[in-house]
Amino acid sequence: MAPSTILAGTARQTRGFWSRLRTGDEVAHLVTFAFAAIVLLMTILLAVGLWKTSGPSQAKFGWKFLVGTNWDPVAGDFGALPFIYGTILTSVLALVISVPVGVGAAIFLSELAPPKLANACTFLVELLAAVPSVIYGLMAIFTVVPLLRQYGEPFLKRTLGFLPFFQGPMLGIGFLAAGLVLSIMTVPYIIAISRESLMSVPRDQREAAMALGATRWESTSQVVVPYARLGIFGSVFLGLARALGETMAVTMVIGNDPSIHASLFASGYTIASVLANEFTEATGKLYQSSLVELGLVLFLITIIVNALARLLVLATSRKGTARTA
Amino acid sequence: MTKWKTLILASAVALGLAGLAMAQSINAAGATFPYVIYSKWFEEFRQARPSIEINYQSLGSGAGIQQLTAGTVDFGASDMPMTDEQIGALKVKALHFPTVLGGIVPIYNLSGVNHDLKFTPDTLAGIYLGKIAKWNDPQLAKDNPGAKLPADDIVVVHRSDGSGTTFVFTDYLSKVSPQWKSQAGANTSVKWPTGTGQKGNEGVAGMVKQTPGSIGYVELIYASQNHLTYGLLRNSAGTFLKADTNTVTAAAAGAAKNMPDDFRVSITNSPGKDAYPISSFTWLLIPSTISDGAKKKAIVEFLNWMLTTGQKDASGLGYAPLPKEVVAKETKQIALIK
Amino acid sequence: MTRLDYRKFVNLVMLTLTGVCTFTAVSLLFLILGYLVWNGSRSIDWNFLTKLPLPTGEVGGGMANAIVGSITMVGIAAVIGLPIGFFGGVYLAEFGGRGFSFAVRYMADLLNGVPSIVIGVFAWTVVVVPMHQFSSLAGGFALSLMLVPITMRSTEQFLGDVPRELREGALALGAPKWKVVATVVVPAAMRGILTGMILGIARIAGESAPLLFTALNNAFWATGITQPTASLPVMIYTHAIAPYDDWHRQAWAAGLLLLCGVLITNVAARWILGGGASAQKA
Repeated sequence: MAPSTILAGTARQTRGFWSRLRTGDEVAHLVTFAFAAIVLLMTILLAVGLWKTSGPSQAKFGWKFLVGTNWDPVAGDFGALPFIYGTILTSVLALVISVPVGVGAAIFLSELAPPKLANACTFLVELLAAVPSVIYGLMAIFTVVPLLRQYGEPFLKRTLGFLPFFQGPMLGIGFLAAGLVLSIMTVPYIIAISRESLMSVPRDQREAAMALGATRWESTSQVVVPYARLGIFGSVFLGLARALGETMAVTMVIGNDPSIHASLFASGYTIASVLANEFTEATGKLYQSSLVELGLVLFLITIIVNALARLLVLATSRKGTARTA
Repeated sequence: MTKWKTLILASAVALGLAGLAMAQSINAAGATFPYVIYSKWFEEFRQARPSIEINYQSLGSGAGIQQLTAGTVDFGASDMPMTDEQIGALKVKALHFPTVLGGIVPIYNLSGVNHDLKFTPDTLAGIYLGKIAKWNDPQLAKDNPGAKLPADDIVVVHRSDGSGTTFVFTDYLSKVSPQWKSQAGANTSVKWPTGTGQKGNEGVAGMVKQTPGSIGYVELIYASQNHLTYGLLRNSAGTFLKADTNTVTAAAAGAAKNMPDDFRVSITNSPGKDAYPISSFTWLLIPSTISDGAKKKAIVEFLNWMLTTGQKDASGLGYAPLPKEVVAKETKQIALIK
Repeated sequence: MTRLDYRKFVNLVMLTLTGVCTFTAVSLLFLILGYLVWNGSRSIDWNFLTKLPLPTGEVGGGMANAIVGSITMVGIAAVIGLPIGFFGGVYLAEFGGRGFSFAVRYMADLLNGVPSIVIGVFAWTVVVVPMHQFSSLAGGFALSLMLVPITMRSTEQFLGDVPRELREGALALGAPKWKVVATVVVPAAMRGILTGMILGIARIAGESAPLLFTALNNAFWATGITQPTASLPVMIYTHAIAPYDDWHRQAWAAGLLLLCGVLITNVAARWILGGGASAQKA
């Protein structure tokens, strides 16, 4: 084909594109598409950036990074295990405390409380979720830590001191303090979502149980809660995802010790805390990339937990009838 | 409430804009050891020369060196002189400018004991090695006859961040205890045999203040400003001393006469009967080439001010001013900044 | 005791326990608020609101620069994050193709789940290092990354709630799609969208971790958005872990100010939405 024909053809096509663009719909589509694409790009950039920056430490340590217990910036030896241990331990501790309280409160608010009281309480609990992390930390330093140091930990040592979890010097700060603060921070999420799950259980289930002569509690614990259990698990996972990524409140009370201790009274470290504390002073490519690799590990853990959470919550809300927003 | 908020916001913005109009902004980060006097200096300097604002953030010596290397601050500060390796990693060579002298004291929290405890090199190293675990250990009791030491556990507090204060402290411990030297060594960050870590001199002081039975190491001013008891240390001549302006100055006497050209020197465990054993210079790390002319002028002005007017603040805040010889030598180094 | 009595007893005990759980959870909020008010209200004074911090160890001084810094960075985050979130949400609700929409939603969820400290690390590598400067711009950028997924999800949700009949009616009158969206659907969902935006802003206003290595901190006024700046959350952090009693006092005051701001914004947003259905969670 002659060059002039090709050019003419391209010109016609381009003109067509621009003329289509003159209609508002196409413009709107393009503009909003562009913004949506920005979101996509930002996230991909973040993931890729994390992966690339952690390159040097990935190359040096490989998979051993995940099980290494030594964190020695001076010798250039880095291992993630103490931080993974601390992150998981504090989060699990938080859930052990907040799940019973949270599910209990959700049961109360969905089954027993009169609607006005339930709505008011739910509103207040949701406000708890809006409190910034650093304020929890502020409160923790001046209330939780001294209380633990003077009363809580000595009490635990006296009663349960034969267990390895409650031995050693009692400083107030440490895994126990961090777990307690995290439990306060995860309770609102568990209450809110568990309550929605419980309320989505169809009325007939409850009524059937009552008709068979069950007490209120029996109908709740043996019929309603099992029916809603997927959603409740979902709320637990969501609370877990929040607890894993919490930075400020934990950094203020964890004690900053990059080693693994069995005792809950001991100081420890979480991935988020070590990033907050050491990132500004990480000299050298290896130190920095090790920290970023830690961040990547945390990112991956929270992705998995979040995905599980959403699947579980979705499963319940599909099963339940009626109760739409 | 909204009108009040608007009024506050408006006045704040107005003040902000006023500052915005003229000030040359310089950003620095580094050691917490001299932070008390630096924050006073930069505020005083701003009063004297309102068009220059030097924003210093006390993140620790390690962070000061790192941010200088990354180029995100205009100058850094450290209590540990940069190693050759760290200097090699810089894109622009940095010059070390000593600013003041300070002493590191062992602070502790023991309510029942009302006179100051004496620590020998062995007991201090033993505590931080974890070998001396209780306050009524025979070694401590031997050096402190008459003190009613409780049978409580010693809660050891150290730094969690990369710290020049840690370097000076561990440098001293390495000089007096071969076991410390082989087990942990001297650096801004070491593998602590025992204890809990806190961020900054402030964090260590805060932790010891709140935890009965704890011991920590901080620069003198953090102990005095927070009314924390601190002990006496036995120096190389065998005298038990408390840190103060005079004993710290005595520690620098030798170095003052034989100061190397790059000003990198350690004065821990100095000879001299009045020399406080854990003393140190602290340095500003200034790039030798500053491309921004206005910034260069401002920094040079500050350095000159610091070496003359600034030194007067030192003893009031528990630091010691620089010896005359060092000041003279430094003034000459200022000319090297291009 | 008969079996029935036993069951009734268990019923009473367990139900009381759930009430206790609820009481604990609710009273936590009042405890926190009460403690902050008790400690902070004595410290908030004209000094605190208008003065700069004083050198370490000196008593008095305030956090005026932190208040302005926080407002500046939230403003920058809003300017960057709200349009992206809003138009992205409009795309997902109105114009989206199936595969691409799924990808965008998934990525937004991912972004929402990123721990805030990791976002700070990302912002440091992408803004601070190339600029050779800590700045409010970097801090605002980091905050906007957190604002975008929240805004996008709530915009999409409330646009989706607008009834089909409204759209179909407008289309039947001959309006092009973009006009329907802009003049009918969006205004109908505006209340919910605004609520989502306000809640998002309240959430990022309290964030401290992403600011640690982006905006750093400043002892004085920031002389422009390309300079480091103080902010309330970071100040609360540094002052709380310091040993000075005066700094603790100021930390309480700052905490009270921040919490009041966040709570009032939350309450206002929910009130706009009209109570009833609880707004966005998580």
